[in-house]
Amino acid sequence: MTTRDWPLWEVFVRARRGLSHSHVGSLHAPDAEMAVRNARDVFTRREEGVSIWVVPAAAISASSPDEKDAFFDPAADKVYRHPTFYSVPAGVEHL
Amino acid sequence: MNTPGQGRAGDVATYALGLGDDALVLAQRMGEWIASAPELEEDVALGNIGLDLLGQARALLTYAGSADGRTEDDLAYLRGADEFCNVLLVERPDDGDFAHCVARLLVFSAYQAELYARLASSGDETLSAVAAKAVKEVAYHRDHATQWALRLGDGTEESHRRMQAGLDAVWPYVDELFAADELEPGLPGVAVDPAELREPTVAYVSGVVGRATLAVPDVPAAPGGGRAGRHTDALVSMLAEMQGLARAMPGVTW
Repeated sequence: MTTRDWPLWEVFVRARRGLSHSHVGSLHAPDAEMAVRNARDVFTRREEGVSIWVVPAAAISASSPDEKDAFFDPAADKVYRHPTFYSVPAGVEHL
Repeated sequence: MNTPGQGRAGDVATYALGLGDDALVLAQRMGEWIASAPELEEDVALGNIGLDLLGQARALLTYAGSADGRTEDDLAYLRGADEFCNVLLVERPDDGDFAHCVARLLVFSAYQAELYARLASSGDETLSAVAAKAVKEVAYHRDHATQWALRLGDGTEESHRRMQAGLDAVWPYVDELFAADELEPGLPGVAVDPAELREPTVAYVSGVVGRATLAVPDVPAAPGGGRAGRHTDALVSMLAEMQGLARAMPGVTW
């Protein structure tokens, strides 16, 4: 990658009111304003969203695949963390 | 001059044909950028703008053709350059220079924004419906061109120089947008007087040009005549490509 390339942005779209923004992909743009516009063209052409966030990909700190065991495996056998003992009322879509 | 029909209905159709040809020809020019824009994301943006324009063109050409039984495809694919009624600004080649594309889109979308805002209250139901839908699309085209004009104009030394060159290249064709239309006086409450679009359009473009640290070009106007079918060779070669398949294989669908 040369320094002339546009930086990478991660794009988050809120599909409709009441839902949270979800990561939908990434794109290149020269700055944040253009990134929002490019995201509009690339990810919401078919009415997929009502709100867009863009974040510089370089600003995201992520867990490392190497740390996967220590990070996630200890949760595997702790069933008491799962609220499985009550039922979800009918008609609640996004709990 | 291409006259789809006689009398008032024919005049409305001819008026719609001019606006439809503007949208169709610029749609084709925008399409030429797909796979040639500075980045993939810009291919998509310019392609989307082209498709918006194509949608406007389809509605307007369908309406124009309904006056004398021609389809949108008859009008798009089976007319010669001298039967097209678009203004010359939209047929100019960009010569592969993105700044030229931005300059043209800035001027034309600013003009279309003013035009459609007024046409939305036209007494003609079809024209007002097309305009009401298009006005939001064009607001985005204008914004896109504005963002790029600001970045290129107020960017590097080279981007500034090329953005100014782009403006200088399109400016001679601005006058024709506001030239008196022989149809418009006969269609009060239906057509929009192009002269009334000059002040708001030039004010918008000049505002962007100033913020972009560029100068409004001081160049003489080029001869117009696009609405009367007088075109440049650029349109002839563009149509040869656009119409090639439909003419080589009459009735083909793809």
